[in-house]
Amino acid sequence: MKSIISFELYKIFRRPRTYIAFGAIAALILVIQFGLKVDGQSYAAFLMKDINDTLTVDGNVLNGYLICYILLQLLLVHVPLLVALIAADMISGEANLGTLRLLFSTPFTRTQWVLGKFIAASIYTIVLLIWLALLALFLSMWVFGTDDLFLMKSNYVVLIEQNDVLWRYVGAFVFASFSLLTVTSLGFLMSSIANNSIGPIVGTMSAIVFFTILSTLNIPLFSMIKPYLFTTHMNNWKEFFDIQVNDNNEAIKGSILNVAKIKTSLIVLSTHIVLFVGTAVYITRKKDILS
Amino acid sequence: MMKKLFAIFALLIYSFSSLAQVDPLIEKVSKKLALVNDYVGEGVMKTDVSFIKASLGKVKVYFKKPNLLKVKKDGGISLLPKGGVSLTINTLLNTKQYSTIAAGTQVLNGKTLTVLKLIPTDENLDWVIATLWIDPVEALVYKTATTTKENGSYEITMQYGAYANYGLASKIIFSFNTKDYKLPNGITLEFGDEDAAAKQKALKNKKGTVEITFNNYVINKGVSNSMF
Amino acid sequence: MSVIQVNNISKHFGSLKAVDGLSFEVQAGQVFGFLGQNGSGKSTTIRMLLSLIHPTSGSIEIFGDSIASNRNKVLEEIGAIIERPDLYPYLSAKEHLQLFAKLRSKKITPSSIEDTLVKVGLNDRAKDKVHTFSLGMKQRLGIGIALLHNPSLIILDEPTNGLDPQGISDIRNLIQHLAKEEGKTILVSSHILSEIEQMASHILILHKGKKLADGAIQTLLDPNKMIVHLSTTNDEQAIQVILASSFSNYLLKRPAGIYLSIPHFEIPLLNQFLIQAGVGLINVESRNSLEDYFLQLTSNTN
Repeated sequence: MKSIISFELYKIFRRPRTYIAFGAIAALILVIQFGLKVDGQSYAAFLMKDINDTLTVDGNVLNGYLICYILLQLLLVHVPLLVALIAADMISGEANLGTLRLLFSTPFTRTQWVLGKFIAASIYTIVLLIWLALLALFLSMWVFGTDDLFLMKSNYVVLIEQNDVLWRYVGAFVFASFSLLTVTSLGFLMSSIANNSIGPIVGTMSAIVFFTILSTLNIPLFSMIKPYLFTTHMNNWKEFFDIQVNDNNEAIKGSILNVAKIKTSLIVLSTHIVLFVGTAVYITRKKDILS
Repeated sequence: MMKKLFAIFALLIYSFSSLAQVDPLIEKVSKKLALVNDYVGEGVMKTDVSFIKASLGKVKVYFKKPNLLKVKKDGGISLLPKGGVSLTINTLLNTKQYSTIAAGTQVLNGKTLTVLKLIPTDENLDWVIATLWIDPVEALVYKTATTTKENGSYEITMQYGAYANYGLASKIIFSFNTKDYKLPNGITLEFGDEDAAAKQKALKNKKGTVEITFNNYVINKGVSNSMF
Repeated sequence: MSVIQVNNISKHFGSLKAVDGLSFEVQAGQVFGFLGQNGSGKSTTIRMLLSLIHPTSGSIEIFGDSIASNRNKVLEEIGAIIERPDLYPYLSAKEHLQLFAKLRSKKITPSSIEDTLVKVGLNDRAKDKVHTFSLGMKQRLGIGIALLHNPSLIILDEPTNGLDPQGISDIRNLIQHLAKEEGKTILVSSHILSEIEQMASHILILHKGKKLADGAIQTLLDPNKMIVHLSTTNDEQAIQVILASSFSNYLLKRPAGIYLSIPHFEIPLLNQFLIQAGVGLINVESRNSLEDYFLQLTSNTN
C-alpha cells in the first residue's frame, strides 16, 4: 500500500492543477489580511457598535487570533470546493485519461488502489489545511500581533485569554480536517461512479451546496434529517471557541461549552467518511473497467 | 404673628445648621482622600454582562492627583463601562467644582449612610449630577450614582478593608445598563441555530457590572504620567 | 506447460454477448496472435485476462493460478498494454518508468530503466513530457512500461498502432527477440493480419464473441488449399457459370471480385472449365495467406 500512496502523491504534487487550491487560498487570505490591515478598524468598529455604546474595549481586538477566526469562517465554507477538485478526479480522472486500466492491471487489489488513492487524497487535504493554518493563523499572528480573542458571535461575545487560544486552534484545525476529509470522501465516491471528472466535481460541489442549504434553513420539515447531514456538522469547529461560565457568569478558562456537540459531530463526520469510502471501494470492485 | 416669625427663623437656622454639617462631611472625606497623591492598585476584575463571557483578569488601577485614572488589564483585552471608570470618588471630589445638597439618610447593608447630591458648578465637567452615600463616622463613601452627559448613568458601590484609612476601597462594583447586543448572521456566518431567538430573548435588557477586587495598593510611590 | 488457460468464459453486457463460451490455451514461449474484427471480443477477452472485467461465467488460469483468487501473484508476472497508450501528460517518459517501477515487488534499478528506454527507442526523449509525444512515441512508452519489470507474460493489444514502418519493424523484431531469445510468452492482438502472420506462431480468431479457429498458423493455413482470385471480362457471367458447376462449393462470398478456396490441384481444372464455358479469363491469382484464411472464415460465418 505504501507504494500506491507514494505513487499517487507523486502524481498529485506533479500535476499543475493541484496548486490551484494552494494559490487560491493564499490569494484569499492575503487579500483579506491586507484589507483588514489597511481598514480593519472600521470593520472592528462596525462589529463592536453595540458594545461600544456601553463599554470601552481596551486592547488589541483586531489581533492575529481574531483575524484567523474570521478567515476560517470564510474559507472553511469554500475550501471544500477546492478539495473536491482533486478528490473527485482521483478515479474518474484516471478513467477519462485511460490510465485506470493501467493501474488496475498491476499486482494490487482494487481495494488497495482505492484506499491508497483515498489516503493520498487525504494527505493532500491535510497539507492544504496546514497551508491554510500557516497563512491564516501564524501569518496573521505575525502581521497583527496577539492578544485575547474577542469573539463577537451573533448573540453574545466570548473573551478568551490569549494563553487559552492556541490549543483551541489546534483542536479546530483537527476538527476541520475531519470536515474536509468528509468532502474528500464524498468526491471520491462520486469519482468511483463516473468515467470523467466534470460530473463528479460538479456533483460533489452541488451536493455540498444542497445539503448546506438544508442544514441552515430553519424549516421544521428538515429538522428531522439535519442531525444526520454532514454539512450540519462541518462548521462545529467553532465550538472550540465557546466557553462555559460558572454561576457567577465568570468564564471558565480552558473549558469548552459543548464538548458533546464536538464529539457527536466527529462521530457523524467519521461515519460519513467510512460510508462514502466503503461504498467507493464496493463500487470499484464490482465494476468492469471499460475505459 | 410672632409665632409665625419664630417658626420661619427656626427653619432657617435649622437649614443653615444642616448645611454647616454637610460641607464638613465632604471635607472630612476629601481630607482622607488627600492623603493619597497617587496609587497603583492591584486586583482582579470580573466583567458580568449578560451577553459577554469573560474570565477574571488581573488588573492594575493607576491614579494620580487630581483626576488621572487608568485601569490596565495585566495583558489582554479589558472591558470597562464607558466613561464610568474615570469618575471615581477621587476624581469627583478632587475637582472641587460642585455644590452639595443634603438628601437625608439611607440604610445600605446595615449601615446608616448620609445621602448627598453633588451638582457641578463647572459646565465643562463630564457629569450632570452625582449622588453619594457616605458613612458620617468613617468618612467613607460606600456608593455613588452618577449621571454623565454622554455615557448614561451608572452606580459605583465600594467595600472597604485594609486601606480604609486612605479611603481606598477593597472592592469596587460598577453597575450600568447594557444595550441589546446583536450581530447579523450574515456577518457572523452562524446559520442553522434553531435556538437563536430564544437565546437572544434571554440576553435582552439586562444590567451589567464590572467588579474590581483589590488585594494590594502601592500608595504615594509615584506614578509616571505615561501610564495614562 | 500452459501459461494461459481459458475455460469457457463468457461476458454478457445486458443482452449483448461480447464473449460467448471461449476456451483456449497459450503455451510457454509462444507468440500467440489474437485476431478479430472490431467488436469481435478481443479487448473484452484481454481485459478479462487482466481482471479488468469480471467474466459472467467460466474461469481463467495464468501460470496455473486462478486469476480470480491469485490475482496479485499472477499480475506480478504480466506486462500489458491495452488499446491506445494512455499516460500522464505532465510526466516525462523517464518519470513514467520510475513511477511504475514503484509498483513492482521486483527491484528495478535506474540502469534497468535506462535499458528499457533504449529498448523502445526513447532514450533521446527520456526527459520530455508525454504531452509532447506523438502517438507512436506514446505507444513505445506503453510497451516500455509493460516490459519494465521483465515479466514472463506480455500482453500487447494493438502494439503497432500509430507506428511508422520502421517502428512497426522494430516492434516486430523486439517481440521476436523477447520470444526467441528471452523465452517470453507473448499474446498480441491486432487487426493488421499481415503483422500477426509475421510475428505469431499461433493464432486465435474471434468473431462475434465466439472462437472461429485456434491453432498454429502453419496448421491452419492448409497448404493444400489456395485462395484463387479470378479476373474476368464479365464477373456476373463467370459467377453464374461457377454456381451451376461442381466448383460452386469453393466460391467465397466477397463484397467484390471472384474468390474461391480450392485445392491447388483443382486450379487447372477450374481454368479449363471456365474457358470451355466461354468465360473471358483475364487473370488467375492464387495465394495462401492468413488474411485470406481470416476472410474466408468470417465470410462463411456471415
